[in-house]
Amino acid sequence: MPVSTEKMVKVFGRPASLTEARFTYCPGCHHGILTRIIAQTIDELGIVERTVGIAPVGCAVFAYLWYRCDAIQASHGRASAVATGVKRANPNLIVFAYQGDGDFASIGTAESIHAANRGENITVIFVNNQVYGMTGGEMAPTSLVGQKTTTTPDGRDPALFGYPIRFSEMIAQLDAPVYVTRQALYDTKRIMDATKAIKKAFTNQLEGKGYSLVEVLATCPTNWRMKPTEANKHVAEVVTKVFPLGDLIDRG
Amino acid sequence: MGKRMLLRGNEVIAEAAIRAGCQCYFAYPITPQAELLEHMAKNMPRLGRTFIQAESELAAINMVYGAASVGVRTMTSSSSPGISLKQEGISYLAGSNLPAVIVNIVRGGPGLGDIAPAQCDYFQATKGGGHGDYHMIVLAPSTAPEAGELTMLAFDLADQYRTPVMILADGMLGQMMEPVELPEPIDIASLPVKEWATTGAKGRDPNVILSFDLDPEVLKKMNLALQKRYRQIEAKEVRYEEAATEDADILIAAYGTVARIAKSVVRMARAEGIKLGLFRPITLWPFPYQPLKELAGRVKTVLTVEMSAGQMWEDVRLAVAERANTPFYGEMGGVVPTPRRILSEVRKHAS
Ligand SMILES: Cc1ncc(C[n+]2csc(CCOP(=O)(O)OP(=O)(O)O)c2C)c(N)n1
Ligand code: SF4
Repeated sequence: MPVSTEKMVKVFGRPASLTEARFTYCPGCHHGILTRIIAQTIDELGIVERTVGIAPVGCAVFAYLWYRCDAIQASHGRASAVATGVKRANPNLIVFAYQGDGDFASIGTAESIHAANRGENITVIFVNNQVYGMTGGEMAPTSLVGQKTTTTPDGRDPALFGYPIRFSEMIAQLDAPVYVTRQALYDTKRIMDATKAIKKAFTNQLEGKGYSLVEVLATCPTNWRMKPTEANKHVAEVVTKVFPLGDLIDRG
Repeated sequence: MGKRMLLRGNEVIAEAAIRAGCQCYFAYPITPQAELLEHMAKNMPRLGRTFIQAESELAAINMVYGAASVGVRTMTSSSSPGISLKQEGISYLAGSNLPAVIVNIVRGGPGLGDIAPAQCDYFQATKGGGHGDYHMIVLAPSTAPEAGELTMLAFDLADQYRTPVMILADGMLGQMMEPVELPEPIDIASLPVKEWATTGAKGRDPNVILSFDLDPEVLKKMNLALQKRYRQIEAKEVRYEEAATEDADILIAAYGTVARIAKSVVRMARAEGIKLGLFRPITLWPFPYQPLKELAGRVKTVLTVEMSAGQMWEDVRLAVAERANTPFYGEMGGVVPTPRRILSEVRKHAS
């Protein structure tokens, strides 16, 4: 039976700020959901013409392909420093850095902390999937105790490699940041919460309030060797015990 | 021209950068370039421009990368160990076709070395200190006034060729006070608009700054484009100075501070009847191979003098290509060769 489109109401669509380029992410990977949320936020705030995205080195290296805004591909770990340079050179631009946990919380530790400590008026999205996705599943600074990775084949031993780093908590100790929060994407509620948090992080910047950090607990089904549904469950039941969800500071 | 001022080389470079329209400066403290950082710290904010004391040289060069992407004139400065830390960032700047100015006030190395003047970073500066097939233009002033001129030029060349440009000097030049007359500041608004910059995709397709492509054929094309530009730079931007070369039968090849010292050696040698001349590369990359090659055909000896174990010496020998003898005299560790010591080397080779 032919369906009349006239009676249909559009409740969901592709964000205008997303390009047609196909994601390079594996099936079930949260990078894809997160990319969509950011694009939708850019749409809602009407800022695509003044946004500059900073792509990291990691699975999100191609992030410059997915948004209809200007973009810069940064060296591994330095996206927050690059974002600083962009924002200081042209404060009218809306700048977001998108960084994995290896990028943001290991090799880029100094740049991440000091951009936050200067209170740079930027938005940082920090994707915590507890693993180095792009290079084949090595240990990340955020890997859980006992987590098996290609470089911790017997599980992460804290005696040798320390504990998962709660980087957002470290940033939340600083005086300058206005908003630091940890979100997840494992079910609809969390996706809606994360969407709100990301919108707030961009709005803070638009209003000139300063540094906002949204940490997002994400899955890497490929390197976790789990089905996407198992991976979501793992975040909900295990990962959030080590990395509790919620706002760490909100001075907005 | 502005009024005459008594300034250190480091301050001259800083002030020239400001007058060249440098809008964003990022650096981490290190001796012997502290005065440069201090001059920028004092003056950039007053002008409504950006000064950040970065958390490290890595951060500084990546802030430069961001500012350059937005299309503004930007600079960082450091000294040898700090410049080593910047190498990945410089490679990214080159690969992403970004204009930027990097100042290296070289000190003794390797490792922590010392803080005395040296020329031991020539290889790193001219042969591509970071990874990948790239070059940057390297300008080597030998006096404070020239440091000012070359800094202004560096910003123009960086923009024109969309490439990082390095000012390679040393602590002697950085610290020495000299009377300097700096050119008037440029009008920033008159600079050509950089259509490629990430200034917001308004009324145009998005601009992307990157040095990356996983397809080898595409990356090869990006490399070929770089190489094509390097050939243009080699053809058009070679700069050098000759002094007393017309009747010379022995030449000193030297750059920067050593070339300045060598000028007095030329006078001393001439007073003893030795026909000594000086060949001074101003662009270390592109190196003035051709002019040196032509000169080498007219002299018996080209004596390279450097504050290194013989780094530029390799380029001198490439240029001279056995047309003349190519002895070397170098000092290391921050020891500055005296005119007398250089003269005694010259005497050894003057028949
Ligand atoms: C200087 C440097 N060191 C190492 C690498 C190799 N490398 C690429 S991606 C990556 C890890 C990325 O992991 P993460 O930031 O967690 O992002 P994910 O891939 O998991 O999204 C590494 C080590 C590099 N490109 N550059
Ligand atoms: S490797 Fe992991 S993080 Fe990378 S795209 Fe695949 S699932 Fe996502």
